[in-house]
Amino acid sequence: MVKRVRNFFKGTYLGLMLLFLYAPIAVLIVYSFNASKTMGNWTGFSLIWYRALFGDAMIMRALGVTLSVAALSAVIATIMGTFAAIGMHSMKKGTRLVIENISQLPVVNPDLVTGISLMMIFAFIGLKDGYTRLLLAHITFNIPYVIFSVAPKLRQSSNELYEAALDLGCTPLEALIKVVIPDIMPGIVSGFILAFTLSLDDFVVSYFSTQGVENLSIYIYSMARRGINPKINALSTLMFVAVVTLLLIVNIKSIREERAADTQRRKVAKKTA
Amino acid sequence: MKRTVFAAPYAVWMAIFIFAPMLLIGYYAFTDGGDFTLANMRAGLDAMYMQVLIRSIWLAFRATLLCLLLGYPIAYLLSRMKHGTATLLSVFFVVPMWMNFLLRTYAWQVLLDSGGILNSLLISLNMPGQQLLYTEAAVLLGMVYNFLPFMILPVYTVLTKMDASHIEAARDLGANGMQTFFRVVLPLSMPGVISGVTMVFIPAITTFAISRLLGGGMFMLYGDLMENQFLLLNDWGSGSALSFILLILVIISMAVMRRAERQAGEEGAKLW
Repeated sequence: MVKRVRNFFKGTYLGLMLLFLYAPIAVLIVYSFNASKTMGNWTGFSLIWYRALFGDAMIMRALGVTLSVAALSAVIATIMGTFAAIGMHSMKKGTRLVIENISQLPVVNPDLVTGISLMMIFAFIGLKDGYTRLLLAHITFNIPYVIFSVAPKLRQSSNELYEAALDLGCTPLEALIKVVIPDIMPGIVSGFILAFTLSLDDFVVSYFSTQGVENLSIYIYSMARRGINPKINALSTLMFVAVVTLLLIVNIKSIREERAADTQRRKVAKKTA
Repeated sequence: MKRTVFAAPYAVWMAIFIFAPMLLIGYYAFTDGGDFTLANMRAGLDAMYMQVLIRSIWLAFRATLLCLLLGYPIAYLLSRMKHGTATLLSVFFVVPMWMNFLLRTYAWQVLLDSGGILNSLLISLNMPGQQLLYTEAAVLLGMVYNFLPFMILPVYTVLTKMDASHIEAARDLGANGMQTFFRVVLPLSMPGVISGVTMVFIPAITTFAISRLLGGGMFMLYGDLMENQFLLLNDWGSGSALSFILLILVIISMAVMRRAERQAGEEGAKLW
């Protein structure tokens, strides 16, 4: 009885916290189906905003900037970060620590300072193109996350495989591509995903570092003061549903695999017993 | 060919886009037209700016405390669940971060507005409507809302890695639930708490846009102040001085956290 009461309280608490986290999201999604233009004023169910969304040139352009910067910056950061991690792995400890500590800067620095400092350097070197600024800025804050995903995998993988490949006649580059990179692939993939999503969601660094170009976050910020257009609600509902579906698929798959591995282990244990 | 060469492109990149910009902040903070000056720093330490800084720190402190008080129980309850269920539920606590944070903050405007959902609820319960939006409490709520997952995750990670036999040992030795929690679980989870506090406190000091959307610009925070200096006034000198003060603050709080982490580690070692 006591246990049941306790479980009830635990469940209620987690439920309330989830309600707190999801209430605003529910509001956004519900009002994307609203017939009226103002949020908070429900006048009936409608899909007009979903239809209008794809005809809105401004939003489509901002979406294009966001997606292309996320993809490009993630790819470039993944390549550069992976090679950097490999290079740093074989450095002497002193040099490596210096580089690692400087790499930490964009991670521990408040976004605001990163954004402002990039704005200053772009102005200083006379880079005017807003899109290039955005891309360079996103690559800069993405690389450390790739390095920190790849480096632990490098430490786990043995150096002997690489040496063996060299002994068997591979050039260092061949050995790297055929032996080392496949070995650390999980780290590279998670670094890429992390980079892509960080770029997708960034507002502060983008807002300060670029000029004249709007990604979705900047567009939303400039709209928020006047009131957000329900088309944005429709767009973010679509993006949110896509991301959640993807996450659930990945997670359910990994839970299933875990369960399968668990039963496998139990079978083996039974047999040996 | 040495493998260290592979790090060369990144080293160059880092020098240009991470290291040089930091030097630029230092340069603009301490010069005026190329000459050394302390005027910018003096302006940055002006009483009015200091007031904004103190308000930001005080608000960030309360937001961090609330995140800890709300987030720790969540992480603890999750860590005591079956592994599969816990993984899935922890995903649910992270998923909100996948919707643009500006939009989620904007949605709170709709919830808190005088004609909004929460007020309609109050009125339908025969209670007087409240001014919720554009208050300090609303800004605090926005911060807690945005940073809560950053507190839950590190605490949850530490708690799941904790050896269950420690808890069993405490119970076997006669500690009750409360004693086990305060004398074993909490001290052992300190590293997670500290990294959670760092991940909430520093972004909270520099939070930007939340105060404008939920505070209606009535509560200027340090982030808003810096935006003003750089983007409105185009005053790089005093803006850089503000960034410099902020950086020093970040370094101090990182140092404090590191120290606390080491102490927590030592205490954990003493415990066992």
